[in-house]
Amino acid sequence: MLGKVADVPDPEVLIRATGLTKRFGSLTAVDGIDFEVRAGEAFGFLGPNGAGKSSTMRMIGCVSPPSAGTLTILGFDPVADGPVIRARLGVVPQEDTLDVELTVRENLLIYGRYFGLSRAVIADRTARLLDFVQLSERADDQVEPLSGGMKRRLTIARSLINEPDILLLDEPTTGLDPQARHVVWDRLFRLKQQGVTLILTTHYMDEAEQLCDRLVVMDGGKIAAEGSPRELIDTYSTREVLELRFGPAEHNHAAEVVAGAKADRIEVLADRILLYVADGDAALARVRELGLEPLASLVRRSTLEDVFLRLTGRRLEDG
Amino acid sequence: MTAASDVARFQGPGPMSVRAFRWWLVNYRRTWRGSIFSSVLNPVMFLGAMGLGLGSLVDRHGTAHLGGLSYLAFLAPGLMAASAMQTAVGESMFPVFSAVKWQQTYQAAAATPLRPGDIYRGHLLFTTMRLGMNMVIFLAVMAAFGVVRSPWMLVGVPVAVLTGLAFAAPLDAFAVTRKRDAQPFNAIFRFGMIPLFLFSGTFFPVSQLPGWIRPLAYATPLWHGVALCRSLSTGTPDLIGALGNVGYLVALAGLGLLAGHIAYRRRLYV
Repeated sequence: MLGKVADVPDPEVLIRATGLTKRFGSLTAVDGIDFEVRAGEAFGFLGPNGAGKSSTMRMIGCVSPPSAGTLTILGFDPVADGPVIRARLGVVPQEDTLDVELTVRENLLIYGRYFGLSRAVIADRTARLLDFVQLSERADDQVEPLSGGMKRRLTIARSLINEPDILLLDEPTTGLDPQARHVVWDRLFRLKQQGVTLILTTHYMDEAEQLCDRLVVMDGGKIAAEGSPRELIDTYSTREVLELRFGPAEHNHAAEVVAGAKADRIEVLADRILLYVADGDAALARVRELGLEPLASLVRRSTLEDVFLRLTGRRLEDG
Repeated sequence: MTAASDVARFQGPGPMSVRAFRWWLVNYRRTWRGSIFSSVLNPVMFLGAMGLGLGSLVDRHGTAHLGGLSYLAFLAPGLMAASAMQTAVGESMFPVFSAVKWQQTYQAAAATPLRPGDIYRGHLLFTTMRLGMNMVIFLAVMAAFGVVRSPWMLVGVPVAVLTGLAFAAPLDAFAVTRKRDAQPFNAIFRFGMIPLFLFSGTFFPVSQLPGWIRPLAYATPLWHGVALCRSLSTGTPDLIGALGNVGYLVALAGLGLLAGHIAYRRRLYV
């Protein structure tokens, strides 16, 4: 029956999940996760492929009933009140589901009609949205020949046709070239400035750092850590990272000797050695004192990639 | 926010399935001319070649087995029901598979207030519209061939539409379950639709078939559609028999509708 399942005690909390679980047969894709999303924030799920991010997104999108746990969205139960919730969501799926044989404008018209909007309202919003995603000039062109970046932006415009309270973005820039990614990021950043609540999944740490106010790191269906990008880096990594590259013959030897360089933590990857330290240049000097001469060295700030490596022992791209 | 205003935000005017139906309409706008052309050409060719051409040979040998009708008058109403089946099959399998797999338009719609049942019924509404159009055209072609001999034949339009829906409702349900390829569809065309087309009493009375195979013909949905349309065309429908035929078709469409709601939900709510 239609009706609120719970009064949300904190009006700021739009989504609350407790012990949220999704199983497909014997596979547990999402394994009892807890999280809250508050109004106006950009909330991210960061993790490699197969971490359970998309399954979580589909449950929030009310197209995948949870196997266990509770999920409350805008005060409603997604299983009983899916249409009510979906009327207030915007969804950008992982793969564009555009009508490629129709024009850009027709895509927005059809989609707006799904929400029961009048033609006049849709026409008005279409003009503004196409302007926003920089597709006004292509309004009456067929979608098929548009570039990947343009299609992505059209999908974003389409997801905004109902002026949603929450925008769900599943891997919003996967498959786009760097320039197209930056255009998408810029648009999403503007939406965030306008107060739209964003929820996104990504396996790009730079995307998470750029867009998310708060994020959870997911791995194997579980949440490994939660916080702002800054908090996560401060908690799980050091200020700087010294990256060392040795020749293949030296790599293993160097990996043993470098332990004497007094790093907080050392990660030996297949092609590089990472030293987690407060001062990268000082650490490099100590490495040289140990008699090691790397082929290449790089001092950089810690990123979410380092957080993920620390938490899971794997790199994000490894999946 | 109150529950009432929330409900108003997604309900809007009219049934939700009409919103899904609009998707098919907008797409049909690009192809309707070609589709109408073939809707006219198809019955003209069949009634011309089989009804008039082959019919001239048949009629020379006496038409007692055809209930005293000319072969053209015998063939036309049966062909109308068979053509409803063809329309329904054409609007069901590949379009459904495309919408759920190739283009994922179903998934796009499922992210909006539309429920799987709305998406399914929206598609069926469009199929119904196409059936209605094609059957009206068929009736007009029949009239042009001079074989609409009873006003009862007007009832043949909804009857043929029902025949089509008895195919479309369960075939949609089957097509939406396909995850990888559309391979079985070709088998359904070859080993399902074509035998039904040939042996359900469209081209010759089922009484001409060997006795042991006749019950099989009577069990097929197309035979019921053919029998109904034919009895309407002669203007002497046998009420009890007609009710049985309609009941069979309604039951099949109803079961298909039930299966479709389950299948669409399972596929779109994973």
